[in-house]
Amino acid sequence: MKILVTVKEVAEVEDEFEISGGDIAEQYLEYDLNEWDDYAVEEAVQISEAEDDVEVVTATIGPERAEETIRMALAKGADRAVRVWDDDIESAGKLDVETKAELLAGVVEEEDPDLVLTGVQAGDESNGATGVTLAEKIGFEWAAVVNQLDLDIEGGVANVHRELEGGVEELTEVESPAVLTIQSGINEPRYASLRGIRQAQSKPLDVKSLDDVGLSADDLESSLAQTDMYEPESEGDATVWSGDAEETAGQLAEFLRDKGVVEG
Amino acid sequence: MSDVLAIAEHRRGELRDVSLEMVTAGRDLADQTGGDLHLAVISGDVDDYATQVNREGVDAIHTVEYGEEFNHDVYTQAIEQLYADLDPQYLLAPNSVNGMDYAPAVAEGLSLPLVTDAVDLEEDGGLTVTREQYGGKVETTIDVEEDHAAVTIRPAEWAQAEGDGDADIEAFDADIDESEIQSTVTGFEEVAGGDVDISEADFLISIGRGIDEEENITLIEALVEATDATLSSSRPIVDNGWLPANRQVGQSGKVVTPDVYIAIGISGAVQHVAGMKGADTIVAINTDPNAPIWDLADYGIEDDLFEVVPALIEEFGGDVPDV
Repeated sequence: MKILVTVKEVAEVEDEFEISGGDIAEQYLEYDLNEWDDYAVEEAVQISEAEDDVEVVTATIGPERAEETIRMALAKGADRAVRVWDDDIESAGKLDVETKAELLAGVVEEEDPDLVLTGVQAGDESNGATGVTLAEKIGFEWAAVVNQLDLDIEGGVANVHRELEGGVEELTEVESPAVLTIQSGINEPRYASLRGIRQAQSKPLDVKSLDDVGLSADDLESSLAQTDMYEPESEGDATVWSGDAEETAGQLAEFLRDKGVVEG
Repeated sequence: MSDVLAIAEHRRGELRDVSLEMVTAGRDLADQTGGDLHLAVISGDVDDYATQVNREGVDAIHTVEYGEEFNHDVYTQAIEQLYADLDPQYLLAPNSVNGMDYAPAVAEGLSLPLVTDAVDLEEDGGLTVTREQYGGKVETTIDVEEDHAAVTIRPAEWAQAEGDGDADIEAFDADIDESEIQSTVTGFEEVAGGDVDISEADFLISIGRGIDEEENITLIEALVEATDATLSSSRPIVDNGWLPANRQVGQSGKVVTPDVYIAIGISGAVQHVAGMKGADTIVAINTDPNAPIWDLADYGIEDDLFEVVPALIEEFGGDVPDV
């Protein structure tokens, strides 16, 4: 059995930042493995540890810089990695959901996995749509926002819980092959061990071009254009207590006593 | 071709609020395109739901009777057939957990550009969608350079439509291929039970990522004890297993409406805000002056929680633990 996990390297923004050229200036960004994908990798690795003959392959769309993040997924137990990138993708700028799904579909075609795990969303763009779009493209069944997974490999069914709003979970049987988008909290992602990090250096990490995944530069064209980025105007009018911690704590304590929620 | 088709949402016999919010968003968009607003109600007691969404501004309601609960393989087929029949310009779905489960598939199936989690829509010869990125730190505007599009709209961002409508309610005869239904919903489970019901509390002290380490929770517990408050948290604390699920405030946790809500080290992401914006007074303790929590806070302390919380415990005569 083969599990493909899509892994994105996301940009995290510092508290104070500036926007230039329609995006957050590079010096305020730090790159890391997308939080939700970390849970997806862990879920796949746990399945590979519990079952015989399970191969875990990660797929990433990203520049060379992303290899550090990909190695981290390998260090946590994935067997090998595929990274899709070339000059045409580099010059295409931000890719829309449909394009990302198209590129990943090219990887699926080559890898022929039995199960695809993705994160529910990426922490930077937060589209929350790539996994389901991919499922529709490759003709897999799917389930979005999965926070419990019990795989019945022989029966060809994934028994999942989907995390709905308001503390309710939907119990669903999903026929294989399937794409499942994994919600945070489904498991406890491990830290990479030193041994894992060493081993990751020698695990295969293949780079694929557009041509390798059966696409051309024309396929990168998007009908969505980001025209502006700005900091939302603060709607806040909070009374901010000033002073050192003792003074501000004193003001808050007085407020709580006045409100009558705390006695003493 | 200038019409808007919006998909209502229901769960376990109840219409969800976002359906009425979509009537508002959809009417506003249809006014800008000069078209009609169509609503679709799929599965369950469709006549009851149709009556409930029949608010002022709705031009037509289409019902698809098939099964009881949401199933994305049914929704996908029904919406694609309705779309082909009605030929609307824009398709609206909620950016709910179920919306995320079918809207991308429908957009892909119909070859429509998809923009998710919209907080504003403008139509002036082309659609411009406003949405957030980087956890709400920035807003972006996205121009759709095609005539048609699918958009999912953020819950609780538009007001619920009011006023009785006089739309025609028509049954739509969708041809659902059962062999395409490859997911089966077998039940539901309530997860947030347990020893305490935070939605009943008058005074909540809530912690988020800013707490850094599990051990530091003892500090907040000391404050909770000294003030006789109830402890709650944002999602990451529960995801980490540091507090049980019944303590979680937010979209996937509990909705709380206490007299006072103190948010300690909580940035105020939209999913959290959905659960606590109804609090009477909101107090923020946070080092980040740009955190979205300040948009909601009535009072606040812009300082390190590890300085402020011990001082506060001492104010109320409690013991400050070593952390």
